[in-house]
Amino acid sequence: MRRALFILLRNPLSLIGIILVAVVVLSALSADFLTPFPADRGAAVHFELANQPPDWPHIFGTDLVGRDLFSRIIFAYRISLFLGVVVLAIAVPVGVTIGLVAGYFGGWIEFLLMRITDVFLSIPPLVLAMSIMGVLAPTLTNGMLAVTAMWWPWYTRLVYNLARSEKEEGYVLAAEIIGASKPHILFREILPNCVPAILTKMTLDMGFVILIVSSLSFLGLGVQPPTPDLGSMVAEGAGYMPDSWWLTVFPGLAILFAVFGFNLLGDALRELLGVEQ
Amino acid sequence: MTAPILSLQSVSKTFFLAGREVRAVDDVSIDVAEGECLAIVGESGSGKSTLANMILGVYPPTAGTIAYRGTPLPARRELKHRRLIQFVQQNPLSALNPQRSVGVSLRLALDVHGIGKKSERRAEVGRLLEEVGLPASFMTRAPAALSGGQRQRVAIARALACRSEIVVLDEPTSALDVLVQARVLRLLQELRKARGLTYVFITHDLSVVRNIAERVAVFEKGRLVETGATGTIFSTPERPYTRRLIGAVPVVTDAEMALREQLTEEFTGERNESA
Repeated sequence: MRRALFILLRNPLSLIGIILVAVVVLSALSADFLTPFPADRGAAVHFELANQPPDWPHIFGTDLVGRDLFSRIIFAYRISLFLGVVVLAIAVPVGVTIGLVAGYFGGWIEFLLMRITDVFLSIPPLVLAMSIMGVLAPTLTNGMLAVTAMWWPWYTRLVYNLARSEKEEGYVLAAEIIGASKPHILFREILPNCVPAILTKMTLDMGFVILIVSSLSFLGLGVQPPTPDLGSMVAEGAGYMPDSWWLTVFPGLAILFAVFGFNLLGDALRELLGVEQ
Repeated sequence: MTAPILSLQSVSKTFFLAGREVRAVDDVSIDVAEGECLAIVGESGSGKSTLANMILGVYPPTAGTIAYRGTPLPARRELKHRRLIQFVQQNPLSALNPQRSVGVSLRLALDVHGIGKKSERRAEVGRLLEEVGLPASFMTRAPAALSGGQRQRVAIARALACRSEIVVLDEPTSALDVLVQARVLRLLQELRKARGLTYVFITHDLSVVRNIAERVAVFEKGRLVETGATGTIFSTPERPYTRRLIGAVPVVTDAEMALREQLTEEFTGERNESA
């Protein structure tokens, strides 16, 4: 534990990553108390305050209907993080299980599962998500569904490669000779040895999920108004550049802040857990 | 006369590698008597490990039968068959799961085969560790915290945990340094006596054979070319191949023996790990 702390704190970039992620997560969790105008998260309208540059008490300015931009950004973090957690909570177990099965059993099972995975991997993620969103109604649930559908194959590929090398290790052979069940070998013997790599990728992916959800929202396919979302805020303000620069710049910086934080933390974890690139 | 504990009848194994047929084991018949230690010697690629894998049920033979006390073992082994024949592998570094503690690894065999009451398995793990000369407190340790010799002792304990009767040992000492090698061999001898075990001891180290085996089977290119009592094979090898194998053992003269104390102090490097 002390060694872990030492490694994390030794590298200034890791420290920055931890701080950025902590700020994002803590502010999202305590958005109700932290934000000066929590009511502005929804469909509030204050036309008398519309489109004002940053000033006290609206430190990031106000949007086109007069809502406090700072409050909306913090609440948007909450949505983004929630989406990220839900997407990974579905994509990771699915992808990891398929990868373990394909890597361990080999043969036609491997062929079938990995070709399906390759098909998903060959489609540019944003295109896949957009086509799913195009068919389904652009709701929050469908947005999560779309992003999840394009996320699991990356975990399949990661775990598949790990499982293929782990199954050659003596401890797997020993478990087979003892007569342990296949689920035991997959999830209790091989999986624990994949956890560091999976954990590292999950941290990095939190940033990417936030980015991709923002991209979808930017295109009008993700989170729908009046729910605050960083991508839709950037899109909304883009037409008012450069005069109302705060409409775009602050949500944009907020995306950068979160994605950068999760990336640095992911790199730090990779170093800490000794995951090979 | 009672049936031998392990009996191989014209066992063959053919692999297909890049479209070519490779006969890894070719028509091998041999009996192993209860309580004996049969050494299987031969060069790398002579089919020793393939034979071991078939005895262990990793894969079935292409032809022939493997019988336990006169009853042929099925191609797909059931749990009761797996319990009888266990394995100690060459490389102690990969034999234990690095993410699981020694105790958890040992307990697996007890859980899978339902040995003892659940509440007593922890104590049983401790007893197993003590039986192989390690303190019971090692059960909470990670494999990384153990030396190569200690890990091999844990692997031996694991092979005994499910009360196996036959242990296949695939070069169990070749990855250990010489001093540790001798101690592990002594432990294996003691365990065989105490538990009445039968060993199939695969090795290409003939000095190890001389120390532990009653009988030797010599393999050459997948075929069993010579079997006999260890003493006979060493004094009057019939086949030229066997003679070459024995001839390849470095002979230690009396003068060299006198130097041994000084040498062993310095010799701590690991032996090569090739199969």
